[in-house]
Amino acid sequence: MTIRVPIVENILNANDRLAEENRARIESAGVFSINIMASPGAGKTSLIEQTLPRLKDKLRVAVVDGDIATSIDADRAANAGAQAAIQVNTGGDCHLDAVMLRGALEQLDLNQFDLLIVENVGNLVCPSSFKLGTHKSILIASIPEGDDKPYKYPGMYRGVDALVINKIDLLPYVPFKMDYFKHGVEVLNPGVLTFPLSAKTGEGMDAWVEWIIKNVDGIRSE
Amino acid sequence: MHELAVTQSILDIALRHAQEADAKRITSINLVVGEFASIVDDSVQFYWDLLAEDTIAKGAQLRFERIVGEMTCTHCQNSFHPQELDFACPNCGSQFVQITKGDEFRVDSIDVE
Repeated sequence: MTIRVPIVENILNANDRLAEENRARIESAGVFSINIMASPGAGKTSLIEQTLPRLKDKLRVAVVDGDIATSIDADRAANAGAQAAIQVNTGGDCHLDAVMLRGALEQLDLNQFDLLIVENVGNLVCPSSFKLGTHKSILIASIPEGDDKPYKYPGMYRGVDALVINKIDLLPYVPFKMDYFKHGVEVLNPGVLTFPLSAKTGEGMDAWVEWIIKNVDGIRSE
Repeated sequence: MHELAVTQSILDIALRHAQEADAKRITSINLVVGEFASIVDDSVQFYWDLLAEDTIAKGAQLRFERIVGEMTCTHCQNSFHPQELDFACPNCGSQFVQITKGDEFRVDSIDVE
């Protein structure tokens, strides 16, 4: 005899629960944490490289770098001034998940840091589904990717707390309708905090860095 | 794209509930998946056949209830299916719209013996 067992459970529930555990661990150490997501080549590592020197002598920063293989990104973060840089190779997986971040956190003495930057695998689809437990999710969109990306990758644009628009120095050279782009963003994520900047020229970096420092101060004063 | 991880999660949920129900075999898994959840049914089925092989869920049928994505205009309250690369309301042309359906991503029930 067949019986129907009602369940109604979100499929990624197990990951979500682990993400909550990660968050508790990060919070108990008084660390502010961000998860940076973007397509390959949008400038995740470059943004981190440009951010770290601006935080020098102010914040102690740990970077966790997710990549399918190689430790190039973690090496770049270490060279740019991260006090700790941990590479997580996903071995083919297209995203970081809460289990992988937990493994990385176990290698860190979180009490030694003020800021945790997680650089996710370059991908505009999968990372949005897997919560890690960080305080804020950041998406980097870059001008050469094109202005239609919010329409093509709505899941990614919907879930983030802040949007960095990188490579604005290229606006004069590539067709990119900012109004069209921003409308797509506004529908998917009304009022989302936006940082237009160029990690190359440094334009706009101050506002981004100030926002990070403000958030770290907020966590410290809790 | 991430169907292997998703399929493993579905299997874990199904096996846990089957055990609680003292089931000997799982015959079907009923999933509710919204259009915006970016999951490929065939790919989940492919991984399922591999992952469920040595479990009481072997041979279980995966049934996907697909929920069509829907946006609602905050101006005229019209509900519509978004057109490709354009989210404007087809009724009044307003750009102020919200996603109201299509995020679903859950195991609704399992059928067991």
